[in-house]
Amino acid sequence: METAIKAINLTKRYGNFTAVDHINFEVYYGEVFAFLGPNGAGKTTTIKMLTTVTRPTDGTAIVGGYDIVKQPAKVREIIGTVPQEYTSDEDLTGWENLMLVAALYGIPKREARERAAELLDMVELSYAADRRVETYSGGMRRRLEIAMGLINRPVILFLDEPTLGLDAQTRAAIWDYVYRLRKQYGMTIFMTTHYLEEADKYAERIAIIDHGKILAIGTPKELKEKVGGDVVTIEVNGDVNTARKVVEGIDGVTGVTVSNNVITFKVRNGGTAAPVILEALNKLSIRATSITIKEPTMDEVFLEFTGKRLRDEESSTEEFMRFRRTVARARR
Amino acid sequence: MDMVVKLHPLHGLWALTNRELAKWYKVPVILIISLIQPIVWLAFFGKSMNFATMFTSGLNIPGLNIPKQVIDEIASEILKANFGTTDYFSFLAVGMLSFITLFTSLQSGMSIVWDRRLGVLSKLLTTPVPRGNIVMAKVLNSVIRSLVQATIVLVIAILLGMKLNPGLTPLDIVGAYVALTLMSMGFASIFVTLALRSTSWESQMAIMNLLNMPLMFASNSFYPVKSMPWWLKPVAYVNPLTYVNDINRQLLLGVTGLNLLMDFAYLITFAVIFSLIGIVLSWRYLSET
Repeated sequence: METAIKAINLTKRYGNFTAVDHINFEVYYGEVFAFLGPNGAGKTTTIKMLTTVTRPTDGTAIVGGYDIVKQPAKVREIIGTVPQEYTSDEDLTGWENLMLVAALYGIPKREARERAAELLDMVELSYAADRRVETYSGGMRRRLEIAMGLINRPVILFLDEPTLGLDAQTRAAIWDYVYRLRKQYGMTIFMTTHYLEEADKYAERIAIIDHGKILAIGTPKELKEKVGGDVVTIEVNGDVNTARKVVEGIDGVTGVTVSNNVITFKVRNGGTAAPVILEALNKLSIRATSITIKEPTMDEVFLEFTGKRLRDEESSTEEFMRFRRTVARARR
Repeated sequence: MDMVVKLHPLHGLWALTNRELAKWYKVPVILIISLIQPIVWLAFFGKSMNFATMFTSGLNIPGLNIPKQVIDEIASEILKANFGTTDYFSFLAVGMLSFITLFTSLQSGMSIVWDRRLGVLSKLLTTPVPRGNIVMAKVLNSVIRSLVQATIVLVIAILLGMKLNPGLTPLDIVGAYVALTLMSMGFASIFVTLALRSTSWESQMAIMNLLNMPLMFASNSFYPVKSMPWWLKPVAYVNPLTYVNDINRQLLLGVTGLNLLMDFAYLITFAVIFSLIGIVLSWRYLSET
């Protein structure tokens, strides 16, 4: 049994609106798997179904060996969740929040105290353990949420937009914690994000989702290769047209264009293609003066599969406003 | 999982209850504020609306030479016939015990609305805590708060001159608390159930304000059922407050009333039915659809 999560025609409809539309995917034990998509793509709905907060309209998923529809209580025992919104009780201290959640998992008091202390230490909140959560900053609250999601030593951790509304520095710190924890506890991590660079950098496999459907699944590298591979630019000193013919003769090269003495083309793996080309040019006494290999960005990958750009600035502004509203509501 | 925990059906219940109680005992101001209303009723209303002195102090009808002793005798017979005691203040004090219990119980729906709005509920729902325990923790919290507040009101009433039955036994006090507990359980369950799907605390406030006065006045808290108009009497006999007050007046003041066993049976039915409804509906409606 090596799949941590297996979604089978997982579907959620709200009235006429289909939020998640018969999706199928597998997440393997020990990997970091990301759902990448714009707002309203169905990411959060999927996480809510997988974490048994909401029931699927159709289909099901097996999480850690248990069916989310038939054995939701079993699923809850082995998963940890860090939802998108803040879920800690503002009126209690960080410590009290952790102890409360521990009790809900049935963890004995002494064990709970040890774990709470260890987790607070790990997310660097020990100094604020006895302060009311109300006084925490956004980054502190998010870190507390992560600690709360880990108190039961989950087999699978669900992170819904874990770095939403946080500044770049805090975001990097959060990922640092998540990776350390994963290493320490050997967790499988399922996360959603709309930050392209986060998915690229931290996820081992990515599913691109839009309008409730999965459009592509693969490692960041595989997805980029599907887009057509690397863009290689070679500047030559010598006969450009001969050089062009050499380049076109290499296996897997597409989209060759020439301007002045610069040849641009796409190739599946630029790193291995470049030396071959250079050697061929060298034989014809054509010297390359410069060479650049550019991997496609996740933005280009996203554009390729969804037909639109996932504009970070737009979505993050909108998300940030939503986040602000949540906080304002909470503070009222 | 490096540890297999056997979860019992009530697990998390006390942790969740204690979470609510912690908010309460950490901020004693709220407790004090919530006690002001029943104390004002007792001290201002109860002490002024004193039927005993109204009837007896210096009543003199010109032309009729009725001895004061006769008037006093008639007055106390009238009072006894209506209130079961000549001491209206003590009668009202018992009513105030159910008053504070009712008000505390009505508020229980609010906290579930807040849990939903603040996101706490979505965390609770991802943990293996039974859904029914989320609801019952609110109810239990309400019961504990009610009993503490009722105790304070009782002590203040005694200080203000409430006269308890001279033959009072500890069992009578236990009985009174059981009655208040059952009533609080029932009402808290109703209001938590009503709030299961709500995200609007305004609507919860509206329901609270809509129901608290009718429930108070359609009961024997301030006056006996027999003095009510014919159309209000059936309402009073459905109202659980009537049975709580009846039990507590019999046990604490030693007045005669309805059949005690029937009173308890009614309250137990009330508490059990609405608790069960709350638990059953929580399985279905607490989660998001």
